[in-house]
Amino acid sequence: MSLIRNIQDDGLGGIQHNAITAKIEDLVKWSRSRSSWPASFGLACCAIEMMATGAAHYDLSRFGMEVFRASPRQADIMIVAGRVSQKMAPVLRQVYDQMMEPKWVISMGVCASTGGMFNNYAIVQGVDQVVPVDVYAPGCPPTPETLIHAIETLHQLIEDGHLMKRRAESGAGANVHVQEIAAGAESIPVLIGTR
Amino acid sequence: MSIVDTIQAGDDAQQGLKPRSELTARELMREVGSVLRMSEAEAAQLGGVPVDPAEDQTMIINMGPQHPSTHGVLRLMLELRGEEVLRCKPVIGYLHTGMEKTGENLTYMQGGTNVTRMDYVSPLNNELVFSMATEKLLGIDGDIPERAVWMRMLLSELNRMSSHLLFLATNGMDIGAVSMMIYGWREREEVLRFFQKVTGLRMNHNFIRPGGVAADLPAGWRDDVLQLLDLITPRLEEYDTLMTGQPIWRERLQGVGVITAQEAIALGATGPILRSTGTAWDLRRDMPYLHYPELEFDVIVGSYGDAFDRYAIRLNEVRESMKIVRQILDRMPTGDYRIQDKKVTPPPRARIDESMEALIHHFKIFTEGFKVPEGEVYVAIESPRGEIGCYIASDGSATPYRLHVRAPSFVNIQCMPHMLRGGFIADAVAVISSVDPVLGEVDR
Amino acid sequence: MSDASAIAPDEAVPASEPPSMHGSPLTESCGQTVLHPTREQYVGVVRALLDEGYEMCVDLTATDYLLMPERAMPEGVAGARFEIVVNLLSLSARQRIRLRVQVPADDASIDSLFDLHPGTEAMEREVFDMFGIAFTNHPDLTRILMPEDWEGYPLRKDYETGTIPVQFSTDFAART
Repeated sequence: MSLIRNIQDDGLGGIQHNAITAKIEDLVKWSRSRSSWPASFGLACCAIEMMATGAAHYDLSRFGMEVFRASPRQADIMIVAGRVSQKMAPVLRQVYDQMMEPKWVISMGVCASTGGMFNNYAIVQGVDQVVPVDVYAPGCPPTPETLIHAIETLHQLIEDGHLMKRRAESGAGANVHVQEIAAGAESIPVLIGTR
Repeated sequence: MSIVDTIQAGDDAQQGLKPRSELTARELMREVGSVLRMSEAEAAQLGGVPVDPAEDQTMIINMGPQHPSTHGVLRLMLELRGEEVLRCKPVIGYLHTGMEKTGENLTYMQGGTNVTRMDYVSPLNNELVFSMATEKLLGIDGDIPERAVWMRMLLSELNRMSSHLLFLATNGMDIGAVSMMIYGWREREEVLRFFQKVTGLRMNHNFIRPGGVAADLPAGWRDDVLQLLDLITPRLEEYDTLMTGQPIWRERLQGVGVITAQEAIALGATGPILRSTGTAWDLRRDMPYLHYPELEFDVIVGSYGDAFDRYAIRLNEVRESMKIVRQILDRMPTGDYRIQDKKVTPPPRARIDESMEALIHHFKIFTEGFKVPEGEVYVAIESPRGEIGCYIASDGSATPYRLHVRAPSFVNIQCMPHMLRGGFIADAVAVISSVDPVLGEVDR
Repeated sequence: MSDASAIAPDEAVPASEPPSMHGSPLTESCGQTVLHPTREQYVGVVRALLDEGYEMCVDLTATDYLLMPERAMPEGVAGARFEIVVNLLSLSARQRIRLRVQVPADDASIDSLFDLHPGTEAMEREVFDMFGIAFTNHPDLTRILMPEDWEGYPLRKDYETGTIPVQFSTDFAART
């Protein structure tokens, strides 16, 4: 049936919209926003603040997010908390690719958003060069209130339906295409910073 | 062709993992305990399949860098026989930020913002060692006002408390006492609230600066600290009861991750790891800095060198830090919170409107920075993880020529292969947690 | 470096020798003792210090003095491009000592201290990674902080910081 085939391909965007399916859509979006589980990707100082946000005082559990899933397969949101170094960038991409659709990314802190105070050879200047980002949370580190605001913004965007399924052809929405290099092939020298 | 090119180009330079029968005696001696010397490319090629089926079925498995228990982005390549860990290689560099290179471009006033993000769990200690090294080069280390010194000690000890509370929380969670995570963070929030009141930030404060501290303590700080101590003291007893006597806790930590005193000293380990082996070495008492000789506190020493000792040492160090903070509360002197040398510390903001000279000094200090005489110095203090040292080589300009921070976790991680040998993977989690590395300072 | 001695000027006083320890010149820097062994003397001096009680090698790092060729050195010691800085600690005597060894740019290699102080393994790897100084007899001299296939040695002075120009960023070149 064409309804089912469209959903498989395009997610919610593929439903033939009518009065009945609109209610189902709303229900699906509401439930997604109310129980999105983060994948633990804490890297540096922002990870400490992220853990503080999950702890008793600021409590992410009231947003349904206290379970930080270790396995990316079971996670919905990836909160990139901390500075991403050149060595870590492929790992980041790999973990993002392992997450199942629908998935969202919050870039927490200035180092993840733009490279932060470390404008040098070692840090990727903005994690959106590697994965598509939905919400940026500024701060060094962002206080738990800022992170909660970012999470709530994301939840609102999910609930309003502004973030639909990303297509594989467009590089998961960011026009980022990652080329796998076969193991054992000639290593490609990295020349950033050399004269 | 220089020796560097030989190493990079030659095929014999690849650290292949030969079968044990082919290892020479010299190599075996070096392998005592367990360091897996194999490059990452080799390990990737092996892909976890044993090369020679006639050999013992050992498998090289990767743990991390994205892992819930590795305390940050630490990657461990473990050689396993079944569940037993034979050799291990910690692979680091996933958080390398080029801080030492960035530090060469920042003035000494800005250097604190850089250095504080290395050990992000105890940032004030990083700033303190950097400021002390700068002051030694400037020659003003004897002229820091009393109040500034005592404030530094107060903040440093409170930071030690918050760092050890984080250790208790993460250690608890790694062993399985997940509620400890919530309790530890709850206590930490109290200390961070005090820090926010004093320094303006919960973390990465850039508060301890060359010349003193950035601002004075706010009114009512004594009450805040007393409230903090009164809150934490009984709760610490609860955690002691929750964990120390508990049979599961003891089973999981006693005898796990043992290291001897000679191994620890040979590997350069300091801090709770060295103290757990029975060596009573604490820089606050043995090579004192600031006004620690005037305070009374004990140095907690273990006897078995295992993970339980390290846990107990850190728990009791929280108590000792609270003792120190109470003494500082009573003895905090009045006075300046930073040295009055106009070339080093900026003038009070109010004076900028009145005096042209103050405005010029402020401008010069914050844009060009103050110049530090040529020389080189190494200063070390006791951070919650061990000896943190700062080596600065100056060329007489406003930025350091070479800034190097001797990070305790970087050296402590070398102990891990020796601690993990012969244990299970579950013990690996407990051991990593007991070493308490902070990857920000490991990779810098 | 001759020290002033309170002897009558008509007495013949031999010029006193510069202070040294284990055959290497000794200087003071901000109240800290610094030894300057040559590359050949290096391991011998560390072994002698180890026997004397300096059991722990606290830190091993390097500096690239490419932009500071005219720096203050004790007499008899010629400054080279690279300098290995080793900090040793004696727990029993509660003393530190620092060694500064000159390493020339065209032959950037030096002996490894691994056999005396196994804790230098990671530190020497970091120096190799950041400066390109090779350590002979090191068990595993590979990059530790940068990816294994990185080219270039980041902490050398002729390696750019890699700052991407952004609006209003500080002109760091103007500072040096």
